[in-house]
Amino acid sequence: MNEALTLISFGPDGWGDEIASGVLITISLAIATLPFGLILGFFIALAKKSEEPSLRMAANIYTTIFRGLPELLTLFLVYFGVQIAIQQGLRLIGVETFVEVNSFVAGMVALAFVFSSYASEAFLSAFRGIPQGQYEGGYALGLSRFKTLRLIIFPQLIRLALPALGNLWLILLKETALVSVIGLADLVRQSGIAARVTKEPFLFFGIACLIYLVLAMISSFGLTRIEAWSKRGDVVR
Amino acid sequence: MTAANPTTGTAAPPPRARPWTKSKILGHVLMAVWILSGAYLVFYLTTNIGSPFFARYWREYVDGFLVTLQIVSLSLLIGAAISVPIAMARSSSWKLLSGPAYAYVYFFRGTPLLAQTFLIYYGAGSFRPELQAVGLWWFFREAFYCVVFAFSLNTSAYQAEILRGAIQNMPRGQWEGGQALGLSRPVIFFKIILPQALMVALRPYGNEIILMIKGSAIASIVTIYDVMGETRRAYSRSYDFQAYIWAAVLYLMIVETLRRVWDRIEERLTRHLKR
Repeated sequence: MNEALTLISFGPDGWGDEIASGVLITISLAIATLPFGLILGFFIALAKKSEEPSLRMAANIYTTIFRGLPELLTLFLVYFGVQIAIQQGLRLIGVETFVEVNSFVAGMVALAFVFSSYASEAFLSAFRGIPQGQYEGGYALGLSRFKTLRLIIFPQLIRLALPALGNLWLILLKETALVSVIGLADLVRQSGIAARVTKEPFLFFGIACLIYLVLAMISSFGLTRIEAWSKRGDVVR
Repeated sequence: MTAANPTTGTAAPPPRARPWTKSKILGHVLMAVWILSGAYLVFYLTTNIGSPFFARYWREYVDGFLVTLQIVSLSLLIGAAISVPIAMARSSSWKLLSGPAYAYVYFFRGTPLLAQTFLIYYGAGSFRPELQAVGLWWFFREAFYCVVFAFSLNTSAYQAEILRGAIQNMPRGQWEGGQALGLSRPVIFFKIILPQALMVALRPYGNEIILMIKGSAIASIVTIYDVMGETRRAYSRSYDFQAYIWAAVLYLMIVETLRRVWDRIEERLTRHLKR
């Protein structure tokens, strides 16, 4: 037991600081992905509820692709694909170099693609929960389409979409583990290194799992608070 | 042109004009991008069917497909078997049962599948002497068994929640109706509640299968040669990016086919509910 405590302690003997840096990278990757995924997902949802069939179809193709591909494959496609595309592009202008894409950025892009395609469904079903009269009320007040969307629809939309988006956030947090495969020093990778060096794989992967659980718990606590905040305008019956 | 009103002879109103609004332009541009890239993809793949890469590796993709199929179907079946007692324990009013079941479900749904797989595959090495003593080492030595084990536990937690949710959401009246007919509780459960609950659970079950197919790509990280594993091996040998393109096409085809088949099945099984 004491040995295990030494191993996970901070400082030169322990792996505590390495694992802490991994946790930091995991969290920052998830947080960095979130805004891109949300904004992209929102626009895709707008396209999906548009009256224009071609726009709807284009958006549906996007979600079909990114919901059908395994996240790991999307990650590799982005990681190697972008690398090759940049190299080919450079070759066209006559530069022969080896380009390596930052694994953090590649992970962010791939996860944002996946997140946005799921988030668009969450937004879409939230849009369906808003009665047509809300739009009409906005237009009747003389607000422009954009202002109606921003001032009347959006606040209600957030409230309706929050539970589903909260779930997606928890999924995103777990999916960041995949980025360790392309070499990002996140929680899983750092615990893997510690496990290999100390020959205590069960201890370190167990700790990694527990840390993910704690992150999930903190997130659900925060999400409950945000949901309560978003419902503060509801009439108390 | 035929008149809309034969008696007065007034002409039919002209069809409503569909002007080129911004969203129409954007939609057409995006569709053009999709169509062009799709056409390029088809062109790229057809020209590459004769390439040495394809000739060398297509057999391995087929093998990988079979391995993926094995992992997914085995895990789903074993997971379904484990999920029943867990769902029962989870909905038990006895805290000693529902507590651990809740912890089990929370653990497997709250941690990444990758970390769980590592925990079982690499973590088993920590208990090698003990496992050898009880004669289970042969099981945990094989990556394939470990992966199936990890995936089964993972999907059993999700399936238990699906099952529990579906059963608990059955209206009370169904139970009361059965009791009014003088049926015993097991008969009510198996003949009245469960069939209806499974009907409701059909869609989440389908989603779970798709999640499992996508999740099974993780097996490639612990040296299993499933579709993803074969892809990574082919890429590391040939440095040919088409390895990943073929894998993407394969996975998309599997998932889309399954989704469509599942929709069909669902439509067929719930046809008595349509009015």
